[in-house]
Amino acid sequence: MSLTEKDVRHIAHLARIALPDAELPAVAAKLARIVGFVDQLQAADTTGVAPMAHPLDERQRLRADVVTEADQRALLQQNAAAVDQGLYLVPRVIE
Amino acid sequence: MASPTIAGLARQLEAREVSSHELTQRALDRIAASQPVLNAFITVTPEQALAAADAADARRARGETGPLLGIPLAHKDIFCTAGVPTTCASKMLAGFVSPYDATVVERLNAAGVVTVGKANMDEFAMGSSNETSFFGPVKNPWGLARSPGGSSGGSAAAVAAGLVPAATGTDTGGSIRQPAALTGITGLKPTYGRVSRYGMIAFASSLDQAGVLTRTAEDAALLLGAMAGFDPRDSTCADRPVPDYAAGLGAPLRGRRIGVPKEFFDDGLEPGSAAAVRAALAEYERLGATLHEVSLPNLGLSVPTYYIVAPAEASSNLSRFDGVRFGYRHPGAGSLEELYKLSRAGGFGAEVQRRILTGTYVLSAGYYDAYYLKAQQCRRLIADDFRRAFGSVDVIAGPTAPAPAFRLGEKVDDPVQMYLNDIYTIAVNLAGLPGLSIPCGFSGGLPVGLQLIGPHFEEGRLLNFAHQYQQATGWHLREPAA
Repeated sequence: MSLTEKDVRHIAHLARIALPDAELPAVAAKLARIVGFVDQLQAADTTGVAPMAHPLDERQRLRADVVTEADQRALLQQNAAAVDQGLYLVPRVIE
Repeated sequence: MASPTIAGLARQLEAREVSSHELTQRALDRIAASQPVLNAFITVTPEQALAAADAADARRARGETGPLLGIPLAHKDIFCTAGVPTTCASKMLAGFVSPYDATVVERLNAAGVVTVGKANMDEFAMGSSNETSFFGPVKNPWGLARSPGGSSGGSAAAVAAGLVPAATGTDTGGSIRQPAALTGITGLKPTYGRVSRYGMIAFASSLDQAGVLTRTAEDAALLLGAMAGFDPRDSTCADRPVPDYAAGLGAPLRGRRIGVPKEFFDDGLEPGSAAAVRAALAEYERLGATLHEVSLPNLGLSVPTYYIVAPAEASSNLSRFDGVRFGYRHPGAGSLEELYKLSRAGGFGAEVQRRILTGTYVLSAGYYDAYYLKAQQCRRLIADDFRRAFGSVDVIAGPTAPAPAFRLGEKVDDPVQMYLNDIYTIAVNLAGLPGLSIPCGFSGGLPVGLQLIGPHFEEGRLLNFAHQYQQATGWHLREPAA
């Protein structure tokens, strides 16, 4: 499966990474190299092989659905660039 | 003078020949002197370290003992440390201070370990050379023009140069074993789930595992014993007892069976490395073990499988970096979408962006079955190969890396060339197995690593094999010229 510059522009949008036009050809070339490399898996015969999601084939453990965290909002928000009265600030979404 | 081991320092501390304060000051002085040359650290914490050392000395004065009480150590900068910056070697997290400690940090603190700083690494652990760090590459103490390997390159260089006796690391595709091999030290990646991932910044959640870089297998046993064990805060952490790893080191190897995969000795292995690994296998025969050829026929699928699974998981894990709640925020964004896009483009380096884009692609509509599902099926083929092999042998042995330390800059232009550096280590992560690298000789004046792989939760067996080798040989005692 070959990767076009249009594909790469779409992928970058899905990943929410700004990709300037000037960088597009170089990024697309390296991504195409990687995708070409992983494409060799298509030749492997995996008929009837169950996909492996966990290296030990174990199921995710569940815990009781109860609150385990104390309120640390002020502490956690110390790492945010812009907060006000406990809320995270972002550019205006609704005009 | 040979750089001391944890076990050696613990005896000196026990005998009051030295204090933790003195050991810690010595480590801090060495780090400060080395930093312009090796760049092994991102953050050094002299005040906190000396306070922790004094606390350890006070505990010993009250009669407490313990092999780790007062021992200086570096944490890879992927482990969250409360009150001390945790950057993951990324501009994205420059200035980030975690509100809590990783479980690994918490447990080692409780054992009395003294953290002297946070070791340099590849950005978000994505790299095999330490060149993707936002804070600059680490140099290999065996040759300053060469890479120490990665992603735990700062941890490896710090131990190899004798700055600290041990460091923590993480290994998603070889990031402990490969740098240990390239710098001539011991590196252990435990079984997936043996050590808690809580507070360890996530790269690929079905592969990531924490481990140690040390001078000896004995030291690795002491550290792993303190780090491992069940943690309710990591839902994939194994709920099984932690054996006394140090107690099993002395078992003789007579009659033990070593599997040697023929696929590990293909044309891609540098001849000097092959010779050193063959000589190590011969040494194991002298120790009473027997060698048996085994086959891992799907080994060739492991690197392409990994470069679907790991980027897919990374693209999901790294979606949390949005410029809003923590991390780098672009100052000029006019809309929320632009804030996400510009912050992620500005905060992540080129290799991290490449992996996010690769992962986004393989998970995108229409491609999931062809890539992610296919890779998960290949992952099972690879894991089944190991299961079959362990039906007839106790451990599997071979090279850790295809060649000794390469030159900085040598592989940066072609990502696939860099990825292939992990050809012998990646399959172990895909299968969730424990793997260990120990120094076993030199090629062209640079260290070569022997890799030992065991069945799930047989870290003790690997440490026993490694310790017996280190009792009979002196490669682990060799050090780079100061």
